[in-house]
Amino acid sequence: MKCFSYNPKYVINLVIYFDHWRLPLRKGVKTMLEIEDLSVEIGDRSILKKLSLHIDEGEVHALLGQNGSGKTTLLMVIMGMPAYKVTNGRIIFQGSDITGKTVDERARMGIGVAFQKPPSVRGIKTSQMVEICMDKKDEKRANEIAGRLNVVDLMDRDVNAGFSGGEAKRSEMLQLLAQNPSFAMFDEPESGVDLDNIALVGSAMNEILEKDRVRMKKAAGLIVTHTGHILDYVNADIGHILMDGTIVCEGNPRDLFDDIRAHGYEGCVECRRC
Amino acid sequence: MSKVLKSRISERREEWRTKAASARDKPAKFGPDIDLTSFTKPSIKDKVKSLGSLSHQIQESALYAGIDANETFRSGSYFQIDHSVVYERVQKAFEGKVEIMSTAEALEKYDWVADLWWKAVPVDQDKYTAQAELDQTHGYFIRIRKGQKVEKPIQACLFLAENNISQNVHNMIIVEDGADAQIITGCTRGQEVEQGMHVGISEFFLGKGSSLMFTMIHNWAERFDVRPRTGVILEEDATYVSNYILLRPVSSIQMYPAAYLNGDNSRVRFNTILSGQKDSYIDVGSKTVLKGENTRAESVARAVAGDRSIIYARGQIIGQSNTGRGHLDCRGILLSEEAEMQAIPELISEKAPRAELSHEAAISPIAEEEVYYLMSRGLSKDEAVSMITRGFLNIDIPGLPPVLKGYIQRTLDAASEEGL
Repeated sequence: MKCFSYNPKYVINLVIYFDHWRLPLRKGVKTMLEIEDLSVEIGDRSILKKLSLHIDEGEVHALLGQNGSGKTTLLMVIMGMPAYKVTNGRIIFQGSDITGKTVDERARMGIGVAFQKPPSVRGIKTSQMVEICMDKKDEKRANEIAGRLNVVDLMDRDVNAGFSGGEAKRSEMLQLLAQNPSFAMFDEPESGVDLDNIALVGSAMNEILEKDRVRMKKAAGLIVTHTGHILDYVNADIGHILMDGTIVCEGNPRDLFDDIRAHGYEGCVECRRC
Repeated sequence: MSKVLKSRISERREEWRTKAASARDKPAKFGPDIDLTSFTKPSIKDKVKSLGSLSHQIQESALYAGIDANETFRSGSYFQIDHSVVYERVQKAFEGKVEIMSTAEALEKYDWVADLWWKAVPVDQDKYTAQAELDQTHGYFIRIRKGQKVEKPIQACLFLAENNISQNVHNMIIVEDGADAQIITGCTRGQEVEQGMHVGISEFFLGKGSSLMFTMIHNWAERFDVRPRTGVILEEDATYVSNYILLRPVSSIQMYPAAYLNGDNSRVRFNTILSGQKDSYIDVGSKTVLKGENTRAESVARAVAGDRSIIYARGQIIGQSNTGRGHLDCRGILLSEEAEMQAIPELISEKAPRAELSHEAAISPIAEEEVYYLMSRGLSKDEAVSMITRGFLNIDIPGLPPVLKGYIQRTLDAASEEGL
């Protein structure tokens, strides 16, 4: 088990140190998201416990962990969902404290999320959702993206109503592409998606995360994955393992996953003791 | 008019008037009781040569109720202001297919109209039907002739331009065997008119294999009381679709249109969209009697109660034939702590043990999950709630022609812009 440290900043330094090829890109890099000592409750239940996380511009992080470890909670609290109560710590996005900001304020600042199970909304068509996501109405572009994601026939249907798992995920990708957030979060993007469509979802994620740009890459992302399959399609820079509401391990995402595949998440429990 | 016809009508009229007089003080079963004695008489309005020559304000108000002064996309128009019929015209292409006139005129022109008069709605039902007989102020007569397919909608506007008057119209719609048409009726008032009363009797007769889509938009104001009374009689294989839309405040509206599916294989569908605003008292339902074999009824209602509004959403299906089937679907949302809603579905099977009648009714809040989903894409909370509400009211109406679809969308858009 590659267990580097509990301090994310230290990890990033290590990553920089080992990944020499990245050095030229990291000059003048700004912080995208800084989470400091964040504790979160739902009702009376404590979910996140003094969690800290640092994500720079242009970085894609993967968040791994068992079911119930708090992965989705972290995404939802970054998005500002009011059911999740912040009891300690703060969230800094592009230099400003957003801990008290509403969901829509955060969305307009450039945070976006692809939900794991988005709700169906009766009477609101997918095409209308795309329109909401865009700054300016652009039907041509909307249809062009829909064509690429193979969701043209979903445009005129009530959003998520009766969508298959794969359709719901592609519709989420469509909306995020239209929204073009500077920080995109993906909650289990591969769940319920068949093999044919995983590649499609992966390429949409790469586009959202500006993976095609080598220089001047600004967009950052946080991918929650339980199975890790999506990492075969989207290259994450840094991985974190979440256990019991706190980050216990950080490192190269693939290495972390290889280790989890070999030893299961139990390995992390031991690692925590080391 | 022949002397024989004249004397026959006056005989019938005597009969109707006696019955009406007996119900003059009879309150309606539902809704607040209105004092009908306090209204004044309006002035007579002159005829106009085209709808475009009506004042700009009248045109604009009518437009919100679906009436297009530029008649390009209409096959015919009827326009009544207060007690005067100011315009009635069938477009050239539809002459001989469609007839439009005042019902007062139709009674004089055709002897058979008297046979249908008060046949679908009882004259002594309550004080409002009585008033419509005792003090009738026109109403439209629309007749679609046998086998005619009228692809462009016919429009009829009942407009109130003066304060504190009571418009008591009696409409009659005849769709002859095999004919097919759409009618848009807009009932509205001038922007400066604050108070008034509208009593509207509508009797529909659908012949064998005929089909009618009737869309009615009501745009009233805080001090208007409205009492429509509607009856629809369907013969074999006839289809009637009613779309009723109320998105503006009203003092009170109470109506319970009834469809009688007498002919085998006849079908009816009621779509009702209600938005309760300010202190509106809304009591709207639909009643269907499944008498013929293989008759089908469906009633879909969506109601949103805001501010201090009270909404009763009723529905009743009476099964009288073993092969009849009916379904009521009523959903409501309360947007305010001070609003009230009652969903009252009623299913009655009369000696028809194999009739299939069902209903689903629900009053529930807007799901927060949906609101935050929209907010996560950048909409404010108010925008998200408004958009979800609008979506909720946007019933999917099968077979709705594009013209009507666009028109309902525009009505909903206009209402949501004004804070639905």
